[in-house]
Amino acid sequence: MTVIDHHPEMPVGAPAAHGKHLTNITLTIWRQSGPDAPGKFESYTIDSISDEASFLEMLDVLNEKLIGENLEAVTFDHDCREGICGTCSLMIDGQAHGPQKGTATCQLHMRKFESNATIVIEPWRATAFPIIKDLMVDRSAFDRIIESGGYITAPTGGAPDANLIPIAKPVSDAAMDSAACIGCGACVAACPNGAANLFTAAKVSHLNLLPQGQAERYSRTEAMVETMEEYFGSCTNHGECESACPKGISIDVIALMNKDYFKSKIKNRRNLDRN
Amino acid sequence: MKTTTDPRLNSKVPDGPMGDKWSSYKENMKLVNPNNKRKFKVIVIGTGLAGASAAATLAELGYQVDAFTFHDSPRRAHSIAAQGGINAAKNYHGDGDSVHRLFYDTIKGGDFRAREANVHRLAEVSVNIIDQMVAQGVPFAREYGGLLDNRSFGGSQVSRTFYARGQTGQQLLLGAYQQLARQIGLGGVTLYNRMELVDTVLVDGRCAGVVVRDLVTGQLQSHSAHAVVLATGGYGNVFFLSTNAMNCNVTAAWRAHRKGAMFANPCYTQIHPTCIPQSDPTQSKLTLMSESLRNDGRVWVPLAVGDERPPAQIPEAERDYVLERLYPSFGNLAPRDIASRAAKRAVDSGHGVGPLKNGVNLDFAAAIARLGKDVVQERYGNLFEMYERISGENPYDAPMRIYPASHYTMGGLWVDYELQTTIPGLYCAGEANFSDHGANRLGASALMQGLSDGYFVLPYTIGNELAPMLNKPVPGTDHPAFKQAEQDASDRYNGYLNIKGTRSPDHFHRELGQIIWDYCGMERTEQGLEKALSELPGLYEEFQKDLRVTGNGESLNQTLEKAGRVDDFFQLGMLMCRDALERNESCGGHFRVEYQDDEGEAKRDDENFAHVAAWEWSGDPMTSIRNTEELEFEAVHLATRSYK
Repeated sequence: MTVIDHHPEMPVGAPAAHGKHLTNITLTIWRQSGPDAPGKFESYTIDSISDEASFLEMLDVLNEKLIGENLEAVTFDHDCREGICGTCSLMIDGQAHGPQKGTATCQLHMRKFESNATIVIEPWRATAFPIIKDLMVDRSAFDRIIESGGYITAPTGGAPDANLIPIAKPVSDAAMDSAACIGCGACVAACPNGAANLFTAAKVSHLNLLPQGQAERYSRTEAMVETMEEYFGSCTNHGECESACPKGISIDVIALMNKDYFKSKIKNRRNLDRN
Repeated sequence: MKTTTDPRLNSKVPDGPMGDKWSSYKENMKLVNPNNKRKFKVIVIGTGLAGASAAATLAELGYQVDAFTFHDSPRRAHSIAAQGGINAAKNYHGDGDSVHRLFYDTIKGGDFRAREANVHRLAEVSVNIIDQMVAQGVPFAREYGGLLDNRSFGGSQVSRTFYARGQTGQQLLLGAYQQLARQIGLGGVTLYNRMELVDTVLVDGRCAGVVVRDLVTGQLQSHSAHAVVLATGGYGNVFFLSTNAMNCNVTAAWRAHRKGAMFANPCYTQIHPTCIPQSDPTQSKLTLMSESLRNDGRVWVPLAVGDERPPAQIPEAERDYVLERLYPSFGNLAPRDIASRAAKRAVDSGHGVGPLKNGVNLDFAAAIARLGKDVVQERYGNLFEMYERISGENPYDAPMRIYPASHYTMGGLWVDYELQTTIPGLYCAGEANFSDHGANRLGASALMQGLSDGYFVLPYTIGNELAPMLNKPVPGTDHPAFKQAEQDASDRYNGYLNIKGTRSPDHFHRELGQIIWDYCGMERTEQGLEKALSELPGLYEEFQKDLRVTGNGESLNQTLEKAGRVDDFFQLGMLMCRDALERNESCGGHFRVEYQDDEGEAKRDDENFAHVAAWEWSGDPMTSIRNTEELEFEAVHLATRSYK
């Protein structure tokens, strides 16, 4: 049991903490030394932390303390800490990215918690996302889906003037809503089946809605859906993905994808027939 | 005293009028036959805008490309966090924009410390970037008629910024990432994720490849190639607290520097005016609020020192709209360095707002009254939400509080017109090079430069270098130089583990960052820089003697990764301070208190400092050698930068 009273090293000139402090927080964290090693929960106590601190800053504080005690720091993925890169990926008290709706872990702040709380922190749990270490998982399967068709073929240099393709604002806005996906994997982690339909459909609908995306619409959809199925479970309309998504991507995109996938089975065959 | 250009710093700018240089270069460059391109291997380190676009385009042309990222996926690169937009001289709104105007604005914004020919090329290809990204499906904002919308940005009097809500960087990066993914799927690019460059390898003075460390297993691997591109971003995290992502670091550029690539203008760092002020001492990262907010937000502080009333209760007559007062023609859209210093002075003089008095107001009340809440929400909704999530305050009701923070670094590896460093065969693109922004970067220009370098410059210039190498063997990874570099890297990382001291890498990083921020931040003085240079070597020695890295080198170890990066930040930090001390003038983001005019504006010394300072490694950053490239201005006149 590790006790943390305050941030061990406060730099000269740093502002003094203001606002509330939370006290006596118990963290129950999944520790696993490698992909094939057995894992287990370990508990640590944070004695006091400012409610202005972000959740990941609290983990930074924990790690500094662990290093101070000659123990190995907790491994977790994180980078931009602005909610846009999609690197952070924690299951907090059984909820992907924690209790605040529409918020990635890095933008979750301690003001959302109470003193004396016990917080359980786990990695994303999904067959397609094997654990690398502690709270870090391998999400490469997402890249495989994009590589199979999540693009518009547009070789550099051959593009026409940008304003030659007018796009109705509602269409462009809808494409943007889908394109906002940050690829964090919360949808997969939240899904009881470990399905990646929301992630895949967000990209399919972004590109399939746009006029530039029409040429490859059905080949893209077929390839992406079938690659997805190689790695991930099946969608059974639980809707957990939508409520876990930090970017609020609507489950409607899955309907769009399903429609285009169904059509692709005819369209792509017809194209073959034409050859 | 006019400086002279070191012969090793030959910019290789083509002859001819400014507007013809790039087309003349392309007409005269050497070509590689399409069938021969597959005989060449190019390594690209980093998969942000510059790296992903370069790797995708080179593979599309037919080269074999190996792309490396230390992230789990190329889509995570920090380009993704750029919010506001990307500039292009499209003149879609008929407000008088042109390639020349974008070129001029960028040169002037950089306070006349960038190389004209590179900047002109950037302005020229800006229009192709927008075409390319639209073709790829980037959902830029549109007008109701379906055409592309634009917004204004600091340092310009035309509307030339294309944007995708407040997520322009994300959408452009995903566009480039998707092109890269396509090439990975087609087999043109081999992707190596969670791998970090730890050294560059030279054979007979030419870059022969790299040594990378697999972050998951700790293993070192050598990779050889005909050419290597570093697209590894900037070094703003030297300040510890910055808006950069936590993993941004200088290691790739710095390790190349130590092998002979000169490092240019390290003291040119950009402090961004609109970040959320620090709120508590455990903070590890600052968050930027897009500069686009200054289109509609008004910067003000209370006239009275220590005014504690809530902002809404302070009457108009008791407010100081700092930027509108000081810079009437640009107002709240003054360039970043100028706006940042104005905020710092307001806070330093006791006019700061917020619980810690460490910010200034950015107020949208007038915009909401003029445009309605819906329009403001449409323009900035996601930024407002982000602000509320971090600060717990609603900016529709009360002004945002902002304060400057380290954001971007204009300095970087010196490159010539072809983006080649002083090591033949080693290229540098995007924020990692020094080339286009002079002493200050204008908003919405970083995305433009990254994509310009990757899509439209490197694919040409690398071909020009490779053409004569056809069918000539290059050294393989069995060459002793690779074995030596692997051994050196192994010793280095084992060394960190074996110090077994008492303080963590983050501990040292915070202390280093505090020194750099205090003495080499927004305002610099000779005395302060000398103080920094007297303290840094001692702190670095403590780092080398008292560092503690727990865990081991054979599995994923983020503490060990951090140790290597902090080591390189120390060395860079010393060089930054030396560069700032030697540059006895103020220009752009480099503000030396001794050199200012009566109104407190930066005072350049064109007689003695219209040059690039390119530092050469000597074994110790405290004794690095300063070389110069004289900047020649043909197309613009050197003028005092005024935004009044």
